[in-house]
Amino acid sequence: MKKTYDVIIIGGGVVGTSIARELSRFTLSVALLEKEAELAFGVSKSNSGIIHPGTQNPPFSLKGRLCVEGNRLMRTWARELGVHFVEVGECILIFEEKERAALLQIKADAESLGVPGLRLVDRAWLRDHEPNVNPEALAALYAPSAGIISPYRLVYDLAENAVRNGAEIFLEQKVVSLRKENNLFWVGTESGESFQSRFLINAAGLFADEVARLAGIHDITIRPRKGEEYLLDKKRENLTRHLLFPLPTKTSKGILVIKTADGNPMVGPTARPTDDKEDLATTDQGLQEVLAAVQKMVPSIRREDIIAYFAGLRPVAGDDFILRHEHGVPGMIQAAGMQSPGLTAAPAVARCVCSLLAKNGLALRRKWFFHRHRKAARHLFTLPLGQAGKLIRRHPPYGDIVCRCEMVSAQEVRDAVHRGARTLDGIKFRTRAQAGRCHGGFCTTRIMKILAAELNLPPEKISKRGPGSEIVMADRDTGVFEAKDQHEE
Amino acid sequence: MKKQLTCIECPNGCVLTAEVKNGRLLTVEGYQCPKGETYAKEEIESPRRTVTSTVRTEGLGIKWVPVRTNRPIPKASIGAAMQAIQRVRLTHPVRVGDVVVANLLSLGIDVVATRNSE
Amino acid sequence: MKNNTVQHDCIIVGGGPAGMAAALEAAAQGVKDILLLERDQYLGGILNQCIHTGFGLHQFQADLTGPEFSARYIQRLHETPQIRVSLQTFVVRLTPDKILTCIKPGRMLTLAAKALILCTGCRERTREMIPIPGTRPAGVFPAGLAQKLINMEGLLPGKEVVVIGSGDIGLIMARRFSLEGARVRAVIEILPQSRGLARNVVQCLEDFDIPLYLQHRVACLYGRQRVEKVKVVRVDDSLRDLPGTAFFLPCDTVLVSVGLIPENELIEMAGVPLDPRTNTPVSPGINQTSFPGLFVSGNAFRIYDLVDSVVRDSACAGRQAAEYLRGLGT
Ligand SMILES: Cc1cc2nc3c(=O)[nH]c(=O)nc-3n(C[C@H](O)[C@H](O)[C@H](O)COP(=O)(O)OP(=O)(O)OC[C@H]3O[C@@H](n4cnc5c(N)ncnc54)[C@H](O)[C@@H]3O)c2cc1C
Ligand SMILES: Cc1cc2nc3c(=O)[nH]c(=O)nc-3n(C[C@H](O)[C@H](O)[C@H](O)COP(=O)(O)OP(=O)(O)OC[C@H]3O[C@@H](n4cnc5c(N)ncnc54)[C@H](O)[C@@H]3O)c2cc1C
Ligand code: SF4
Repeated sequence: MKKTYDVIIIGGGVVGTSIARELSRFTLSVALLEKEAELAFGVSKSNSGIIHPGTQNPPFSLKGRLCVEGNRLMRTWARELGVHFVEVGECILIFEEKERAALLQIKADAESLGVPGLRLVDRAWLRDHEPNVNPEALAALYAPSAGIISPYRLVYDLAENAVRNGAEIFLEQKVVSLRKENNLFWVGTESGESFQSRFLINAAGLFADEVARLAGIHDITIRPRKGEEYLLDKKRENLTRHLLFPLPTKTSKGILVIKTADGNPMVGPTARPTDDKEDLATTDQGLQEVLAAVQKMVPSIRREDIIAYFAGLRPVAGDDFILRHEHGVPGMIQAAGMQSPGLTAAPAVARCVCSLLAKNGLALRRKWFFHRHRKAARHLFTLPLGQAGKLIRRHPPYGDIVCRCEMVSAQEVRDAVHRGARTLDGIKFRTRAQAGRCHGGFCTTRIMKILAAELNLPPEKISKRGPGSEIVMADRDTGVFEAKDQHEE
Repeated sequence: MKKQLTCIECPNGCVLTAEVKNGRLLTVEGYQCPKGETYAKEEIESPRRTVTSTVRTEGLGIKWVPVRTNRPIPKASIGAAMQAIQRVRLTHPVRVGDVVVANLLSLGIDVVATRNSE
Repeated sequence: MKNNTVQHDCIIVGGGPAGMAAALEAAAQGVKDILLLERDQYLGGILNQCIHTGFGLHQFQADLTGPEFSARYIQRLHETPQIRVSLQTFVVRLTPDKILTCIKPGRMLTLAAKALILCTGCRERTREMIPIPGTRPAGVFPAGLAQKLINMEGLLPGKEVVVIGSGDIGLIMARRFSLEGARVRAVIEILPQSRGLARNVVQCLEDFDIPLYLQHRVACLYGRQRVEKVKVVRVDDSLRDLPGTAFFLPCDTVLVSVGLIPENELIEMAGVPLDPRTNTPVSPGINQTSFPGLFVSGNAFRIYDLVDSVVRDSACAGRQAAEYLRGLGT
């Protein structure tokens, strides 16, 4: 007899893993199914990493309310999980007197949502607190509660904590069929396996509409909106003290100057609709647009400062999040259309999902013991020198440096594998190895060898982000290349 | 017939102009040292290249030992040479200059190690 | 100074050809206490993966491979008792008063140098630095990484290759892939002439009928999981795209060979001013920095085409360090 779960969550992004963690507080059996080789390989890996304060949302929107609550909850969650959260604050800049009314409107809207500490600041304040900002900036709305976090590390840590508390996670399980029979959901995956549960949560990000359709729900359509982001060299870490925003446009918060949890500043994102849910290409045009926009706010940003770039797709379904119990399919909950600020809102979304489940017949009983805290991974480069020395003496492999740019040791890479990394990107997101200025030119071979050894795989099977993205195509030793004579005259 | 060549014997890369008849070199100019003249003659009459590759080891200090032909081999034999080198398995330690394949393809040329295996 | 700090007359960071040549010359000039630090398990630096010939024509009047060239220096190092070599020793920090922090498996050390020569080599420029738009699939390699995978690890990155940039590493790798039976579709160079040596254009491209597209650039990369094709566009003399000239090349592998950047993060940490354009020390003369007794040589000082010039100039750094120590009265 197959195991019947109380709840199955489809999707291992920040929303799915937040829900898994929240549910793991209760005496429930929970499974999370993710189609990719690792968690956080969807929208949750490519975003701005901002924990928004709740400004720039319509006053009565669901996303606005959940954003403000998420911002508040994230602090506790980050502390419990040992994820680095920094409250850096944000400034929404204006350059002309006629923009002041719009800024005041944003302030009023945000205050009605309960955003704390908002303050209008003038040119003199900006000069003192943001010396690199364009001196032509007239004023700004300052929101102190804006923060930054590493979005993928948050997902990994949420998942780890959920698993510690009993949740089960299944990777490379793409859900392709849903059936409801005898009050049970039968969830079939591409690999031919099937899972059963009493309740089902759709947190499938960009593909939430397709998952909904499997259950016969046709009123959700996800229209991806692409955002290109450009990372700057860590040497420019002190470019700004706060996050810098322009006035928002109709469809987005505009192109920003961002601080990231890893220290590199970032500029972006663009906002352009696309039909292709896998279109993650950056463009010349996007780069020009981003540079022009951020140079207006911080004139000293140069194209040469860029060291990496990526694009992400916002899973947009209308103007707001879709968070509801599906009355036509009792027991199914949609957590879809999680456009920005979905990262910020995730803890609040998770709570909301719990109350929806409770309202619709799932009894939530707290476990007598919930492991609230997670033991943080060791990172040599964040330790003070003396402590790093002690660690290396106690565990010599921490002194075997693999990634020279970010100072990541062989043991940290192994630790990451033990914590679930399966791919080079998984290692990168967890440890920062390959994320420095040489982009893995130096450490890729070493990391491949460690992955191969730890996972007991041949090196040709080691991939960047799962099947199809293997790094090398053959071992010269076994040689699948037919040698051909290049030199017939 | 006049033919232009680039000497590959050294980084200078002199451009050589050769007078060729029936596949044989008559005269050549443009070289800055005698190696250029020899190169032109060989390149026209029987072009040769030094081949370098690596061979797999078993139980030695490094997994792949780099090797080279100790003299240039005819260009036409490069493909066969690569295949012959690919088949080698080294099980005994070698030092720089040790022969790894003797008399490669019966050309009278050896393949030698270019790095100590330990 | 901290009490557990060991002081040496001359410390050299980096055991490539530059570091070895500097150490040998310092010893020849009478320096008695020389410590050479290398983060790898072996000496030789980048030469270990350069298994092709073309090294040592000036220094040894012989056409050597990279490992053969470095073997000659390693041999001489072993015969020089004034030089101690410490392998698997990664220098991670440098202060203005030449105190070094090193990490070894099992140990962290603090060392002080009276004279210090940094021979830390260079790293490759990446696609991100150009930057080439498009997707970010597997199969895009800095050319030197591909060289390491094939020559040191015995792994073949792919079968249908496009090389971006005609620097020597790109040309050498075009030949290496061809010899391994892969198909190299083209080398794409934005400038009107090859950046690499003419001899490499002949023996690496012409020998294998590999087309070299000058005044062309790769304008976009495609492919989701693995790279599938690139878009190539012709450019004019001021590097602007010429309309209507775009074409596509299918491939499963892209090698990026668009230059090298000196590795100077250590001296930057110590506060030595660097030229932001070249990442080299702002320097009053060869191998010098604005700090007395702190020298930089080899590819870290400037990018060299030939190892023969590297060892010539690095020997000079060894002499400079010896002179500096004599001036201190050591
Ligand atoms: C450019 C950009 C910048 C952003 N910046 C911010 C910001 O600064 N702050 C903020 O709060 N928000 C931001 N966002 C929004 C935020 O990233 C998203 O709201 C959030 O990541 C959505 O998380 P998710 O879990 O819903 O989606 P995802 O992370 O995409 O997770 C869904 C998962 O479901 C999996 N899946 C899909 N279909 C199936 C299936 N059939 N079977 C199994 N698994 C499946 C996917 O592989 C994926 O891993 C930004 C978004 C973008 C694009
Ligand atoms: C792919 C390629 C092909 C080439 N082909 C030719 C050719 O055909 N002919 C020719 O003459 N020249 C060629 N060259 C050029 C020549 O090989 C190089 O210029 C030369 O090797 C540079 O020597 P180096 O000692 O400065 O640097 P490297 O050889 O790079 O040595 C630097 C050393 O420093 C170590 N190091 C760096 N940082 C630290 C640290 N923090 N702590 C401890 N150790 C550290 C590194 O591990 C490395 O061993 C080629 C170069 C390359 C990259
Ligand atoms: S002719 Fe002499 S100098 Fe000129 S490239 Fe040939 S070997 Fe060098």
